[in-house]
Amino acid sequence: MATANSVGETTFTTPSDREIAMTRVFDAPRALVWEVHTKAEHLSQWMLGPEGWTMPVCEIDLRPGGAWRFVWRRSEGSEMEMKGAYQEIVPPERLVSTESWGEDWPETLNTLVLSEDDGRTTLSSTVLYPSKEARDAALETGMKDGASVSFDRLADYLRSLS
Amino acid sequence: MSADPLSLTFAALADPTRRAILARLTDGAATVKELSAPFAMSGPAVSKHLRVLERAGLITRGREAQWRPCRLEAAPLKDVAEWTDGYRRFWDASYERLDEYLRQLNEKEESDGHGKQRG
Repeated sequence: MATANSVGETTFTTPSDREIAMTRVFDAPRALVWEVHTKAEHLSQWMLGPEGWTMPVCEIDLRPGGAWRFVWRRSEGSEMEMKGAYQEIVPPERLVSTESWGEDWPETLNTLVLSEDDGRTTLSSTVLYPSKEARDAALETGMKDGASVSFDRLADYLRSLS
Repeated sequence: MSADPLSLTFAALADPTRRAILARLTDGAATVKELSAPFAMSGPAVSKHLRVLERAGLITRGREAQWRPCRLEAAPLKDVAEWTDGYRRFWDASYERLDEYLRQLNEKEESDGHGKQRG
């Protein structure tokens, strides 16, 4: 298809062996989409996942080598932390940063690219894993094909590998 | 929380041989010998993979010393599936909220007057 996503639809793809990419179109100019991704007061308003989570900590040191750290909290008290460092900052089109969920997780390199067409912004977010195996471990959990992932599908996938 | 079980599961899955072993076990329990057959690998090498899978709770092994059939355990895989399903839901929900948030920002900007630059 020649056209990209329509507004309100997230597409997951695998551009290479070690990557997973998300694409989404927003009905807003690029400068604004950039701003809501790079300023703490904006990020903590929307990057919250499903209902019931807040982001009490959102630290952004937006310069090459600068650290970022987000902490989410659920109403019943559980917390989730993600952190990393910015590597490349080209407003309002390109943001490269590392991301880690903690020592046990592979550190990924995330690239955010924004392009504008007719007042709409296409966001492309690519996550590069340290190895194909790490990427596949994430993928086989079902990010790729979207709909809700069940154990049945995972079992089918494992079977398809044999 | 000690040694996060989800991390153990991911680590165990991040190996093609171990995934193939799990795939084989989705068809039913099997012995080490049966599991070794499709791989150009010695029994001890396969046993090493089995220990990783066992530690992650992905398989259980029978008591009979000689045969010790391996059986797939579904629960940790289900946790992994739920975790990444959560990842996807996280972004879907966040981006939906962002759509609305951007709309509000745009409106605010328009009502604040045209030509005014964002700081």
